[in-house]
Amino acid sequence: MNDFRTRLQSERPYLLRYASLQLRDPSLAEDAVQETLVAALAGEAGFQGRANLRTWLTGILKHKIIDTIRRLARDAAAAPADADTTEFDALFVDNGHWGDPPAAWANPDASLEQKRFFSALETCLERLPKKTAQAFMMREHLGLETAEICKELAITPTHCWVLLYRARMALRECLEKDWFSKI
Amino acid sequence: MKLTCKEVSRLVSEGLDRRLGWSERVRVRIHLAICDGCTNFKKQMLFLRKALARLAEQPKL
Repeated sequence: MNDFRTRLQSERPYLLRYASLQLRDPSLAEDAVQETLVAALAGEAGFQGRANLRTWLTGILKHKIIDTIRRLARDAAAAPADADTTEFDALFVDNGHWGDPPAAWANPDASLEQKRFFSALETCLERLPKKTAQAFMMREHLGLETAEICKELAITPTHCWVLLYRARMALRECLEKDWFSKI
Repeated sequence: MKLTCKEVSRLVSEGLDRRLGWSERVRVRIHLAICDGCTNFKKQMLFLRKALARLAEQPKL
């Protein structure tokens, strides 16, 4: 039992980072991780025989994160939907073509082998507006379908696609500036 | 109707989240065939997806 408790504690930093990336709020992340560890202790029997403690804990944590987001969305219900993309107009010239067309990134797969790349990526993620980041991380980090994201965030599919588009545009620009133009 | 780069960038992103309609797919493909900027953009979008999938696997930074 004590050994199991020690192993749970050793996963805490990983879980906290995972939850923080998604929730963007240290105290909410802390709560979600705490609830996960409590649930894991209570459900130790459920772990028996499974190969990977981290995978099991992450599975529990995902549910806690979704619960938290659902709660937040309910609290923030009726916030006006903001679905326009005029903020990107500056990137395009009058006829809708790129002002500064995206250039190919040099050997991007090599970046995936570098720890520093992921630090840069996290910094870029932290700069996204909260709701944009939540939608994007639900899609790409938790692997949810748009329909589920709309439901959890209480937004329309169109709004959801706009949030995801915005997140990708912003990340592209950020990575270009902070990483690919420097390597 | 020909698509602009702005429209294509939006559809490339949406294509990662929903199945595009037949005419959307055809028009995007025609545009990509002649536009390097949007072709690079699409590669970058696919790369972002791959990078995010890997992010979860990273040991503590």
